[in-house]
Amino acid sequence: MGLVQFSIRRLLMLVPTLFGLLLLVFIIARVMPGDPVRLALGPEATQEQVQNYRHQLGLDKPFVLQFVDYVGGVLRGDFGQSLRTNRSVSQDIASTLPPTLELVVASLIVAALFGVPIGVLSAVFRDSWLDNLVRFVAVSGVALPRFWLAIILQITLGSGLGLFPIIGQTSVPIHHITGFDTIDALVTGNLRGFASVLWHLTLPAFALGLPDAAQLARLIRSTMIDVLRKQYVLVHRAYGMRPYRLVARYALRNSLTAALTLMGMVLGALIQNAFLIEVVFSWPGISAYGAAAVLAKDFNAVVAVTLVIGVVYLTSNFLVDLLYGVVDPRIRYQ
Amino acid sequence: MTSQATQAFSAERPWYRARWLRRFFRNRLSLVGLAMVLVVIVAAIFARYLAPYPGDAGPSVHFANTLQPPSLAHLFGTDDVGRDIFSRVIFGARFALLYPVVVLGIALLIGIPTGLIAGYWPHSLVGNLILRLTDVFLAVPPLALALAVTVAFKPSLATAMIAISFTWWPWYTRLIYGETRRVTQEAFVEATEALGQKSLKVMFKHILPNIVSPVVVKATLDVSFVILLGASLSFLGVGAQEPTPDWGAMIARGRLYLPNQWWVSTMPGFAIFITVTGFNLLGDALRDALDVMD
Repeated sequence: MGLVQFSIRRLLMLVPTLFGLLLLVFIIARVMPGDPVRLALGPEATQEQVQNYRHQLGLDKPFVLQFVDYVGGVLRGDFGQSLRTNRSVSQDIASTLPPTLELVVASLIVAALFGVPIGVLSAVFRDSWLDNLVRFVAVSGVALPRFWLAIILQITLGSGLGLFPIIGQTSVPIHHITGFDTIDALVTGNLRGFASVLWHLTLPAFALGLPDAAQLARLIRSTMIDVLRKQYVLVHRAYGMRPYRLVARYALRNSLTAALTLMGMVLGALIQNAFLIEVVFSWPGISAYGAAAVLAKDFNAVVAVTLVIGVVYLTSNFLVDLLYGVVDPRIRYQ
Repeated sequence: MTSQATQAFSAERPWYRARWLRRFFRNRLSLVGLAMVLVVIVAAIFARYLAPYPGDAGPSVHFANTLQPPSLAHLFGTDDVGRDIFSRVIFGARFALLYPVVVLGIALLIGIPTGLIAGYWPHSLVGNLILRLTDVFLAVPPLALALAVTVAFKPSLATAMIAISFTWWPWYTRLIYGETRRVTQEAFVEATEALGQKSLKVMFKHILPNIVSPVVVKATLDVSFVILLGASLSFLGVGAQEPTPDWGAMIARGRLYLPNQWWVSTMPGFAIFITVTGFNLLGDALRDALDVMD
């Protein structure tokens, strides 16, 4: 099967899953006890005001009709109104999704930048002090609660040594075009803004990405050790190929397939742990928005955030699947 | 060959000489993990006797003693209402261990029957329905879905547990589904079917005992994930509430006093770290000892 056919089939398979997710979260959000409208309007609102607002939001209709209305809205990109921010949820998501994607990508880079070389070194210098250190850090790294690591980084590198800002996304105003601060700063030639964004991004990206770097290093190490034992590696070594070339061109490439499998899991971990990191660093992303929406019982926002995170998560898994073929040409799409 | 085979399956071998136990105890890291887990369990059971100020686990207030740094009298310092953080961390072990017990209990209760059914009748309508349903639940990372579930309830420890259970069972359905399909192809299942055993009996009496190992290993490895997830929900404010000495909730509350009164937030974090590391080492060791592939 060709790449295009494979992609289309996989994407079509996502549609019923996403529809199921929408229905599931919609049911959860609409069966909640306690009146979110009353909560939003406050205790002083009269019964009539509450009724009017319910009518305005369509909450007085039967459940099935509410769902049909909602799905119709979602297909037009309308997720209803937020009870907390009083803006349309679509607007809120459009402004909060880019910062989260920036954070997740930055963390992925941190994870790969540290995880891959450390894993390789650990395998090449097996059982050395470096290898032992890596194994120790890898085991404990998984056990670190990210929100706690984030707080420790804030206390030490942030307010303790004053090296990094501890909250927010930038201290230099940036003219928004795409919503991605890094891109917008570069496009508008705002180099000071770009530097400020990277500066603010450092601690959150490390808090989010470092535990996964440890995971990644552990996996790369174990697959590299297997690969380095293979006969073709021995043959190349016997022919006198330099160790660097051997590792970089032959051994590493063959252990990347396994690393990609983990990368899919890493992405899931990054997306869900962004909830904690964004709250700690007051990062203006969709996860912090979602966490606030849950606390405020802002059901339209909760449904939308869950759905958007599902789309991001499933799409990234799909991209990882596509990458398998790039890394390992032996793999056929089916 | 015969003698080896009879030895391996000998009924006379006492349980404490089982091969997997010997493999388990040969690994030094598994002993470290076991020790860490035992410390947490002992702390949970004997909290009342181990905690220097057992009264501080609840809503007590000591205004003369607020936000004291760590000292000999208060090893981890005191919090914003003067309670001994060390005592609260010890009591917190109870709640930390309650999460995996409840969540994994519910997950297995749902996961075992659904997984067996989907694996035994993979082409049936019900089997397909179960699998598609797990797809839906697995379309979002667990924390995101659990967070969404909590919107339907008041924030509490029970809410957090329900929300995590809600997201956790599909993993077991999937695992048991896969294992059931594998075992169903084996000759002994065919034989029991040919002898006219009822399907339910085949599933629960013949298939289930043969897939216990991977399920046990997954459950052990999951303990740490569930503890982390529970702490995360409490940290975000939708789980355990004051005055429950939940580690995640304690860290969240301590954030108000950062960076100067750093001990309020950081001390409970060490407890999470030790507990989760312990269960991770134990799970890894168990996986190696029982020789279960990932």
